[in-house]
Amino acid sequence: MNLILLALVATSFIGALLVPLTNKYFKWNPKITAISIALITLALSLVIGVNFDRSSSSLTQFDFKVNWIDVFGISFHIGVTGIGLVLVLLTAVLTPIVLWADFHAAVKRPVLYSSLILLLTGSANLIFLARDLFLFYVFFEAMLIPVFFLIGIYGGVNRSKAAMKFLLYGLAGGLAMLAAIVALTLIATSQLQRSTFDIATLSQSISLTSTQEFWLFVGFFIAFAIKAPMVPLHTWLPDVAQEATPGTSTMLIGILDKIGTFGMIALVLPLFPNTSAQLAPWIIALAVISVIYGAILAIGQKDMRRLFAYTSISHFGFIVMGIFAFTTVGIAGATLYMLAHGLSTAALFLVAGHLIKQRETSLIANYGGLTKVAPVMAGLFLMAALSALALPGMAGFVSEFMVLTGVYQRYQLAAIIATLGIILAAIYMLWLYQRVFTGPENEKSSSIKDLDKKEVWPLVPVFALLIVFGFWPQPVLQTIEKSVENVMQQVSAQDPAPFFAVENKEQN
Amino acid sequence: MRIPTPLIEYALILPMLIVFAGAVMSVGFEAFISNKNRRQAQIFLTISTLALALASLVIIGNTFSRSLAVEGTIAFDGPGVFMQFVILLTSILATMIMAERKVDPAGDAFAARSSAVAGGQDEAVVTKMGLVQTEVWPLLLFSVSGMLLFVSANDFLVLFVGLEVMSLPLYLLAAMARRKRLLSQEAALKYFLLGAFASAILLFGIALTYAYTGELNFGAVSAGISANNNAAGLLTAAVALVAVGLLFKVGAVPFHQWVPDVYTGSATVVTAFMASAVKVAAIGGSLRAFFVAFGGYAWDWRPMFWAVSILTMIVGSIVALSQIDVKRMLAYSSVANGGFILIGFASTSRAGTAAILFYLLTYSLATLGAFALVSLVRDPSGESNNITRWKGLGKKSPLVAGLFGFYLLSFAGIPLTSGFVAKFTLFVAAVSGGALPLVLVGVVASVIAAFFYIRIIILMFFSDPDPDGPVVVVPSKITAGAIAFTSVASAVLGVFPQWVIDYASSVSVFLR
Repeated sequence: MNLILLALVATSFIGALLVPLTNKYFKWNPKITAISIALITLALSLVIGVNFDRSSSSLTQFDFKVNWIDVFGISFHIGVTGIGLVLVLLTAVLTPIVLWADFHAAVKRPVLYSSLILLLTGSANLIFLARDLFLFYVFFEAMLIPVFFLIGIYGGVNRSKAAMKFLLYGLAGGLAMLAAIVALTLIATSQLQRSTFDIATLSQSISLTSTQEFWLFVGFFIAFAIKAPMVPLHTWLPDVAQEATPGTSTMLIGILDKIGTFGMIALVLPLFPNTSAQLAPWIIALAVISVIYGAILAIGQKDMRRLFAYTSISHFGFIVMGIFAFTTVGIAGATLYMLAHGLSTAALFLVAGHLIKQRETSLIANYGGLTKVAPVMAGLFLMAALSALALPGMAGFVSEFMVLTGVYQRYQLAAIIATLGIILAAIYMLWLYQRVFTGPENEKSSSIKDLDKKEVWPLVPVFALLIVFGFWPQPVLQTIEKSVENVMQQVSAQDPAPFFAVENKEQN
Repeated sequence: MRIPTPLIEYALILPMLIVFAGAVMSVGFEAFISNKNRRQAQIFLTISTLALALASLVIIGNTFSRSLAVEGTIAFDGPGVFMQFVILLTSILATMIMAERKVDPAGDAFAARSSAVAGGQDEAVVTKMGLVQTEVWPLLLFSVSGMLLFVSANDFLVLFVGLEVMSLPLYLLAAMARRKRLLSQEAALKYFLLGAFASAILLFGIALTYAYTGELNFGAVSAGISANNNAAGLLTAAVALVAVGLLFKVGAVPFHQWVPDVYTGSATVVTAFMASAVKVAAIGGSLRAFFVAFGGYAWDWRPMFWAVSILTMIVGSIVALSQIDVKRMLAYSSVANGGFILIGFASTSRAGTAAILFYLLTYSLATLGAFALVSLVRDPSGESNNITRWKGLGKKSPLVAGLFGFYLLSFAGIPLTSGFVAKFTLFVAAVSGGALPLVLVGVVASVIAAFFYIRIIILMFFSDPDPDGPVVVVPSKITAGAIAFTSVASAVLGVFPQWVIDYASSVSVFLR
């Protein structure tokens, strides 16, 4: 029994209580408390990351399990996979940065804000670690609530509407998944003669008829396709991104939405391998549509934050493509993509956040020629944009390349069409940069202040990681290697033989 | 002629006897205790009676083995004891909030003399004299004793007696609100007329059942049904009429029209009692009648419960969408929740019974807490029930708004609240009972319902308060204690439900 994962998760939840209590009774500064707690989580997750055995092919490590609701065979079971570890680390890195950025932007009611962010972090970690379906579901739904309040209390003018839209989409998806979970456990009960929610058991010891598998797949997939917004279930994201604070948007798009794609890898593929394989071409098609549609709409946006949201929809298309390509490179690329996208989203939203805060508008037309007044901001923004459009040398490039390679091995046409997404990405990102930072100065631009040291330092780790993983993605790839192999095994997929290697073999 | 003395197991019906005795004593208090001390004495008597009954229930529940009592007319079995426990618990909590007199400057929630014409001279005189309404307490005790009998009845006559003893005081309680008295009297009249009508239909159904089987005892009726294959039309009519009578009390669609009016018109503290204890009793009595007496006929009545359950969930949720009065909204929510519970009826299994028991416990506690909170939000004219007036309440009193939001999330079935666990257990039981379509409808209804619960949360937390909006009155410690209890219980049952679920499954077998 290893307690470190429990400690990791508990730190966030206890922290969420600690911040208001210490503020009320000891007058501690909530900002310092919250950031310290986030840093403790970061330290713990680094410890886990260092001690994680990268050569072990066991499904999970550091397992912790206690019984929870015995009648239904529900247990509180957490354990970390390589893929889960990457996302836990991403969460741990982003949380203190987000807290810092929004505190610096003088967010109102910082006590409540810190608690909500820490609740969100704790729930996200639990989801990435959950090895019990019920546990996964509970926090999958419960984490909607802190985000709902983050949007609704701290957001812009139309925050109520955005919060409502977010919650209803989330709930609808969650309930579709709930119906599927209930049905799945029932099938499990009748086959195993006992009720269980253990993900490993469910994926290994249950045989489903194809009709059953299809409908269960649908229930799960709807939930995850809403979370990692895929066309046509994506409409909530632009509205939310437009209203939420930069920090909230970062957490939402950078981490929370990853739960959708993580769920596809961690639950959908192992639980429903046959249907996943059968429907893969359709899902790839949907993903390609997401890539192109998201990119085209991003080009047409007049509002920066909506633009970022649509770029994310396009990027999630890539991730889903990578997952459903059923190739090692594809799934590994998708995981790396999640990491890179989380980091570049954070960079974009946080840099743009400093800009938007000053003028209280995110309309692109209100800006122009900012390079002269704010050169540091312009430089960082350009870097973030280049990472988002997957320039070689940035993490985004490696992952996008891997995904496209992985997809090309099976679905050549899809890969070729999706490549257009890269070109479109260059258009929306560079055109955005051009309109905001170059060209004639907007009359109000002279009042814009450049980033100061306090604003730049928190961004340094994000940019550093983006560049490091751009040149040297091995640490991440080694971490997820065995985990990806496990996934491939669970879906009993094998990589298609390379086109040219086949001929060589025959000659030998 | 020698009439044999019936054998009465006094020990097994002790809780009921205690509450009956308390009620009778309470009537005595009305007659003999002076105006000045009466209120105090009555409240003390009520709470101690209910607490004593609860204690005795726990003791006999752990001491005696499950058996039928009083010549087989009363069942002392797992579900019966569980539901008696829930009824007594919620009644104690309801008594605690009914005793509140700090929130309304005029006194407690009840009209000093409900027979006085609203706004008339008589009322002015009574108010001037400073009379205090104390008849509430004997009525409450009688109603509770009727409920205890109703959920343990194993005989149609006892069932009917229990129903009437439970209902008649409720009609009076509904009429006693201090504020908006005309609305309150209208509600009582509606409740009484429709209730009497439903009782008559139930009685007719019982008569037909007797005509078909020649028996009134549940076990004997069940045996009679399986032995007799002729004239199924008669039996169908009997079951249908009994169902109408009982579903009226449950507040299931299409017999729900009284619910919004009565819940809105009654004093909010009385509504809290109705939505919790009375709802538990109504479901409990119906559960035994259908699972035990008509259990052998389940194949034929199950489709009806499917239809009623679907209608109740959908209509309750959709109509709640358009409500702007908090009490009316909660009333429709109560209707919709009744629909969810009926999913458990349709699955007719042991797991279904256990899920219903758990649902009843969690729902009654949450709804009690929610109504108690509603009674605290006031403006000079009394309670402020218009939902648009609750704007920005989260900023003015974060605690009350936060708790109310928590209950709403629980009703919406968000995980980590008791409401979620209850829905989950019910869904699992229903799917294993082959009622997957009902679960799918339940899921859709949950999303619809979530919309209006969330709308209130948005209003409370994301809008700025009106300067002349309602204020939250700080209640006395006893009310605060009741609210604290329901809140803590709802939170704990949401995170650590295992012991209660285990217990509910272990007691989910009806004696026949």
